[in-house]
Amino acid sequence: MIRYIIRRLLVAVLLLAIISLVTFGIFFLLPKLAGQSTDDLAARYLGREVTPEGLAGVKAKLGLDDSFLVRYWHFIEGIFVGTDYKFGTSVTHCPAPCMGFSYRTNEPVFDLLLDRAPITFSIAIGAAVLWLLAGVTIGVVSALRRGSAFDRGAMSMALAGVSLPMFFTGLVSIFLFCRQFKILPTPRYEAFLGNPATWAQNLILPWVTLAFLYAAMYARLTRAGMLETMGEDYIRTARAKGLPERDVIVRHGLRSALTPIITIFGLDIGLLLGGAVITETTFSFAGLGQLMLQGITRSDLPVALGVTMATGLFVIVANLVVDILYAVADPRVRLA
Amino acid sequence: MSTSQDRADTPEDTAAGTGGDTAAATATAAGPAGAGEPLLEVDNLGKHFPVTQGIVFKRQIGAVKAVDGVSFSVRKGETLGLVGESGCGKTTTGRMIMRLLDSSFGKITFEGRDITGLSQGQMRPLRRDLQMIFQDPYSSLNPRQTVGAIIGAAFKLQGETPQQGTRAAVQELLQLVGLSPEHYNRYPHEFSGGQRQRIGIARTLALKPKLIVADEPVSALDVSVQAQVVNLLEDLQDELGLTYVVIAHDLSVVRHISDRVAVMYLGKIVEVGDRNDLYAKPMHPYTNALLSAVPIPDPAQRAGRERIRLQGDVPSPLDPPPACRFHTRCWKAQDICKQVEPPLVELSPGHQAACHFPENTTVSQTDLVAKAAVSPGASADGAADAPQAQE
Amino acid sequence: MAGKASKARGAETIDTAATGAAAAHTPSAFLEVRDLKIHFPSDDGLVKSVDGLSFELERGRTLGIVGESGSGKSVTSLGILGLHNRRNAKVSGEIWLDGQELVGATEEQVRRLRGRDMAMIFQDPLSSMHPFYTVGQQIVEAYRIHHDVSKKAARKHAIEMLGRVGIPKPDRRVDDYPHQFSGGMRQRAMIAMALSCDPELLIADEPTTALDVTVQAQILDLIRDLQREFNSAVIMITHDLGVVAELSDDILVMYGGRSVEYGSVEDVFHRPEHPYTWGLLGSMPRLDRDRTERLMPIKGTPPSLINLPPGCAFSPRCAFEGLTDGKATTERPELRESAPGHKVACHLPAERRRQIWAEEIAPKL
Repeated sequence: MIRYIIRRLLVAVLLLAIISLVTFGIFFLLPKLAGQSTDDLAARYLGREVTPEGLAGVKAKLGLDDSFLVRYWHFIEGIFVGTDYKFGTSVTHCPAPCMGFSYRTNEPVFDLLLDRAPITFSIAIGAAVLWLLAGVTIGVVSALRRGSAFDRGAMSMALAGVSLPMFFTGLVSIFLFCRQFKILPTPRYEAFLGNPATWAQNLILPWVTLAFLYAAMYARLTRAGMLETMGEDYIRTARAKGLPERDVIVRHGLRSALTPIITIFGLDIGLLLGGAVITETTFSFAGLGQLMLQGITRSDLPVALGVTMATGLFVIVANLVVDILYAVADPRVRLA
Repeated sequence: MSTSQDRADTPEDTAAGTGGDTAAATATAAGPAGAGEPLLEVDNLGKHFPVTQGIVFKRQIGAVKAVDGVSFSVRKGETLGLVGESGCGKTTTGRMIMRLLDSSFGKITFEGRDITGLSQGQMRPLRRDLQMIFQDPYSSLNPRQTVGAIIGAAFKLQGETPQQGTRAAVQELLQLVGLSPEHYNRYPHEFSGGQRQRIGIARTLALKPKLIVADEPVSALDVSVQAQVVNLLEDLQDELGLTYVVIAHDLSVVRHISDRVAVMYLGKIVEVGDRNDLYAKPMHPYTNALLSAVPIPDPAQRAGRERIRLQGDVPSPLDPPPACRFHTRCWKAQDICKQVEPPLVELSPGHQAACHFPENTTVSQTDLVAKAAVSPGASADGAADAPQAQE
Repeated sequence: MAGKASKARGAETIDTAATGAAAAHTPSAFLEVRDLKIHFPSDDGLVKSVDGLSFELERGRTLGIVGESGSGKSVTSLGILGLHNRRNAKVSGEIWLDGQELVGATEEQVRRLRGRDMAMIFQDPLSSMHPFYTVGQQIVEAYRIHHDVSKKAARKHAIEMLGRVGIPKPDRRVDDYPHQFSGGMRQRAMIAMALSCDPELLIADEPTTALDVTVQAQILDLIRDLQREFNSAVIMITHDLGVVAELSDDILVMYGGRSVEYGSVEDVFHRPEHPYTWGLLGSMPRLDRDRTERLMPIKGTPPSLINLPPGCAFSPRCAFEGLTDGKATTERPELRESAPGHKVACHLPAERRRQIWAEEIAPKL
């Protein structure tokens, strides 16, 4: 088991290195492909007052004229030990973990990420808990009452949930609950530490809309998984032992059906932690997704790169956790 | 057709009517220089599947010795049965003969030509002569193709159009295997298991193969249907002069269908012999135990039968026991069995066994030990061909 | 000796069968199945998996049920344990286990009997055990359903059971997962689990089909030995005539959801009277006889359970169907006693059947 975890950890580190290299490569190449020179980039950084000296200074500070490998090394160095940006005579020290500065606001990217992360995390984790509970419960009941009115109703809802776009359900629910009936405040992020009650109250709508989409998917997955496992030979054995049906379903059926769902759950969570772009935009929450969007639309490469790296990290960590959980759940994996 | 001539001098025809003792004699007559010329020869053939471990860089930590140096020959028109329990390497051997799987070492000679190293491209013209029948008649047929298309594809693959046209040729084949020509446009799922196996056989026969390797051809079928397919295989052999290698775990079926039988255990052949001889007078204790384990459908024999019960299961081919691989389960095992590997030697005409203490033979044990002392050199040669074997 | 006992019991059956029309039935045997029907409605029609089956079984004896795929043998065994798909199935008839009727019982009543009074082992021991729990956990679970004991005591019992079925070092193997066992060991563990509550009825559904022949011999020996030790009634379901001949006292031959021949093992193997039984015997190559030149297969394939042929279900495949004056294709043959304790469902006159067996079939086997 220990060997297995070590192996997975090493693979995760390797993957992160590859992701950083590839993303950095893409962001290094993009401006070039778009026909922008390093002067253009430096000019954007300077803003209004573009002087040749200024341009040279910015280029030197950001290392825009350096080769790809030098810049990549600089980037990696910044993350682990911090780095210095020399602008003429003045030196800006950027302590580790340093991911550069925004071209637009000159804020450290890492601080931006730290700033935005709680919003994204609040949305993602709350929604995840909701959809996992709802999706799995509905899926199990549907599978056990296959063909019943409940099953058909739930699966129709699931189909609607999967096919209705987020921004549609989101906007409709804002309209209904905040404008028409005025049950809820118009969502606006409040820090959890400030007042947990208002935090939750503000997040209910994003949670429910996001969870609706995912719960639909998870209900279908759980239903399919349960239908398959409940037909397995070992379920027949469990019944032949005289096990009460409830234990057969939970201890023998659900235990197997949930294992693959955990894997998908981990990946979904990882992806969402990197920014639920559409949800955040729909509800005007300034999370990581919005940051990413800004970074890309404004050609703010360090910001876009930072969010991408963060997303990569979340997905890989989630994947790692899932793999270990899977090995705990399924003893056959441990030896493989 | 020249098939009837081919058939006349195969041991099957002479042996069938005469019974055990003469059959053994026939086998001698047909020996190395005898009438039946070998169609297929397998010499010290082996397959080791590497087992790797490692985080980033895989290193080999061992090998599953699925097949570890088997030698046998199949004469034109005869049926060789390969029997053994799961994991003995019989299926791997069949796949290597078909060149569906590359061998790790050894040599396969078909019609006097070494086919071991041929590329897939070089094998293509030979595919017509070498055909395989699979165990599962359903999964080996494409469910989206009609029976006509499935069997017709065999002609197409070889880029050959039969004189009478593909459709007529396919319908002829359907009749040959006991199906109706009207089945041409049906799909595999419309047929029962036995009928599907017939379709598989028809596809195999489309190219008039010289050698058919049948891997568990009847084990997925119901008892009453098994007999139909066994009879069909025998009839086709008589009619078309086919040569079979039948791989099966069912000893009764193998006895019924084969002229000669090879018994495999953990990647090695432990005994080969004429069918009647081998079943009546098994020499290797493993063969004896296998035969003794087969349940007999006669309650009267329940009490009187001698029972040999092997202990435990077959050891893992990843780490087979040294020397004689059977010694861990053998009731006759002595120290020598753990130290010296018994070579496969001819103990009576046409009957070979690899055992230090064979049964049903007059050859003394001292002779065998002497032979064993000589032969490690021979088996070392084989091992030298197989670098994996050393790791 | 065994044959005589079985015949005496057979004669009794006839008596009860004759008076069976009377409403109040008191079963005399430990397990008695009367006119059991298990039908499944489907989109294509009614699947008559079991269609009027009767047999009985005493403690300490073994009944072999033989048939091909689709003969209804497995559905019968699942039906006795109440493991068939209950929502879907239509079940009628009676199943008496030790004086208790099971067809009319509630699901909860049957569940309480499962595992404790009647247990089952299955064909594929790997897929029949839960891959995520250790062998020990699964035996402990089986034991604790019916016994109010601590986990520790149950574990001790599990180790004892594993030892009893011949698993070496049971105190260590108890913590292994099923995939760490070999095929034969897994089936032993399944048997240990089934016998953990000392059931009086053990149903073995193709217990050795997935195993190698040398391991099969070990498992059959084990079942035989344990049956003697526990004095349980055993139903052995298989397609392999060799396996039933080795273990059974009585044999029931099933075809198309019905029984076509029922008698002692000697009756069925030495004096078989049904053409289907003859066909099965002629289909299999036998190691105990000289090799025959050709096998004598049954023509055609097993019938669909939705559209059974009218009259005798076997008639389209029967070589002697012409000798019944057309009755075989119009009238369903009843299972009638042909000799004491030996019942056959065939329209051929008994004399003629014996003659055909003696003159045409037996010499060719």
